Amino acid sequence: MSTIAVGAAGGRSEARARATGVAFIALGVLIAWLFGAGSAGDGSAAFGLNGTDQFAELPTLTLPASGTGYLLGFIAMFLGGIQLARGFEGRTLLVLGVVVGCFVFAFLTWAARGSSLNLFGMLQSTLLRSIPLTLGALSGLLCERCGVINIAIEGMMLTAAFMGVIVGSATENLTMGIVGGAGAGALLGGALALLAIRYRVDQIVAGTVLNIFALGMTSYLTARILVDYPDLNSPGTFSPVSIPLLSKIPLLGPLLFRNNIFVFITFALVALVWVGLFRTRWGLRVRAVGEHPKAADTVGINVLRVRYRNVILGGAVAGIAGAYLTLGSVGRFDQNMTAGKGFIALAAMIFGRWNPIGAFGAALVFGFADSLQNKLAILNVPIPSEFLAMAPYLATILVVAGVVGRARPPAADGQPYVKE
Amino acid sequence: MKAAAKTLLVPVLALIAALLVGAIVIVFTDPETLRAWASFGRNPGRALSLSWGLVSGAYGALFVGSLGSTRAVSETIVTATPLIFAGLSVALAFRAGLFNIGGEGQILAGAVGAAYIGFAFRELPMIVHLPFALIGGFTLGAAWGFIPGFLKARTGAHEVITTIMLNFIALSIVNFLLKTQTFLRPNRSDPISKIVSESAELPQLLGNQYRVHAGIILALLAAWGLWWLLFRSTLGFEFRSVGTNPNAAKYAGMSVGATYVIVMMMAGGLAGLAGATQILGIRKYMTPGFFGFGFDAIALALLGRSHPAGVVGAAFLFGALRAGALRMQADTSIPIDIIVVIQALVIVFIAAPTLVRALFRIKAERVAEPETFTKSWAS
Repeated sequence: MSTIAVGAAGGRSEARARATGVAFIALGVLIAWLFGAGSAGDGSAAFGLNGTDQFAELPTLTLPASGTGYLLGFIAMFLGGIQLARGFEGRTLLVLGVVVGCFVFAFLTWAARGSSLNLFGMLQSTLLRSIPLTLGALSGLLCERCGVINIAIEGMMLTAAFMGVIVGSATENLTMGIVGGAGAGALLGGALALLAIRYRVDQIVAGTVLNIFALGMTSYLTARILVDYPDLNSPGTFSPVSIPLLSKIPLLGPLLFRNNIFVFITFALVALVWVGLFRTRWGLRVRAVGEHPKAADTVGINVLRVRYRNVILGGAVAGIAGAYLTLGSVGRFDQNMTAGKGFIALAAMIFGRWNPIGAFGAALVFGFADSLQNKLAILNVPIPSEFLAMAPYLATILVVAGVVGRARPPAADGQPYVKE
Repeated sequence: MKAAAKTLLVPVLALIAALLVGAIVIVFTDPETLRAWASFGRNPGRALSLSWGLVSGAYGALFVGSLGSTRAVSETIVTATPLIFAGLSVALAFRAGLFNIGGEGQILAGAVGAAYIGFAFRELPMIVHLPFALIGGFTLGAAWGFIPGFLKARTGAHEVITTIMLNFIALSIVNFLLKTQTFLRPNRSDPISKIVSESAELPQLLGNQYRVHAGIILALLAAWGLWWLLFRSTLGFEFRSVGTNPNAAKYAGMSVGATYVIVMMMAGGLAGLAGATQILGIRKYMTPGFFGFGFDAIALALLGRSHPAGVVGAAFLFGALRAGALRMQADTSIPIDIIVVIQALVIVFIAAPTLVRALFRIKAERVAEPETFTKSWAS
């Protein structure tokens, strides 16, 4: 019995690996055709690579548009061929990243053909736009790895954005604003945990309720209080911090090491959550609770306590994401200002397969799609920006439907645990 | 009678509890009343009377604005109409064990379909045009519901994720369509569609001075039809069997996958009609953005215990709250958003009956536990 099952599973994963290889090749052909052939004779694309205050200026990167498209297309096809011939095993995800990168860069070269593009600015806005998505995805991941579905990321972010503004303005201290935001997120996390664990409310109902509650409450309080007391809605924003020396490296320095505090928090949290989940006893316990709570309980892990702690922690992380929207970005609160970012974060979590680094990668891709939307007008691209806007959602559907790769959530995700 | 009282107990208590918490929110967000409470020791009467005045003023205006005049009743019915359709959509999906969070997207699909047919075919007589536009709305909504149903049946993709994503995809598509020449109103640069021709409008029921339109009749018919389908037909029995226990349904010879597809299409169609009736009865043209009924619909289905009659009752209640809240905002300057808070609280209290039980000290056996809808992301 079991050998047959293993054989069947092996066959399925082989078929999947083959399908992935075919997909890579198809994408390669698409790149060569759309961006290679598509920009034949259109000259070259110039990319600006310089931020400010660097050790040295980099020369402008000038690439022949058509040749670059063909080259990147062939690289993708080549990788697809290797995938078909022998597979990349555990590194398939990395290769997928490279292929997607080829597509994106070929697209940019094609879009900038015959003119120039500030690549540095593009990368910077990609990173900034991915920050709330990454943090939101980390929040979802912390909850779902221990078996509690969190679709309230949106509501947590919205509430935290609001609290961040109030606390930051009232104390005239932005750091206190982050603390206030994280606290508000943790409070909603606590509410989610209480509803899902103690009262065993359907977790999707609980999350939906929290989203509605957060939207209603913040809108109500904005109209009732912030309108009359505008002082409470002007905390200011964090200014960028430079890490000495590192921030002067051309291109990478201003991009990675001269940022506002939220970017550094995000880097640290991605690393911390990854190490925590996969390299510590705490993480092993969390994953055990998410995959098989009964077994975890049998070996003496307190399932409910792990879940409470993680969901509240997840709420706090979503809270930092919310605080970024106000304190790290625009500096004021507006009704429903998250506008679906919490759901894109959820998508990034799924797209990144419940893995912190995967989620960060997915958030970067979504952030890129977002920042490209705003650049389309000045670029030479006949694509309506709305199609880029829907790209993250479409990609997520493809992933959950198993069209590209396969996303497997923790086995006990969404199931309440009752101790017998 | 006793059974009816039993089923009504939790919703009624939940509503009372939500209104009480709403009252507390209203009191403690009013600066003057807060100050009075701060000096409660010196002058307790003032704090109490201010609070009472605030809450009774708000809820009084809510009542007058929803039921106090013919216009108020008309507004309540107008607001309830799309809510009935959307609530039925979620309730139907719940009965088959599916969680349709995709109401917003399906509503947009239906609205776009109805609006397009409404303004593109100007020469048709009303007897053809209006049904055509309504069917168009239903069909597009059903098509939008087909996607998650099909994906669930074929690949096991959880409908909650796919419908959430499809909501935002629908939003982007509408934003795009509203910029195209087909939809864009001539001489306008802002995204606003052409106006539906008169032959596709839903007729007014009480003349031109009141907004109530024939959509409410369709909504009540849809509720009755859904009741018949669910509780009197073989197909409905299959839906409910799949919802209660998909494995048992499978071994009894029912096709679980086909049921998922059909149910999601019908749910999408009902949501589509919410958008269509709103366009053809009230708005008359498309603008960007969600309609906002999709999330109310979840509350309605929970409040109505996924029963068509319950959904209708809940929709009238929410319609009254919404319509009354406009009056409340005008009279007392308490923002309309308090209604959203109250709605969220209603769902919490309904979804967690133990909370209500503890609040009102009711013995356990009198309150029925709600069924759990979702099993897991993966299946």
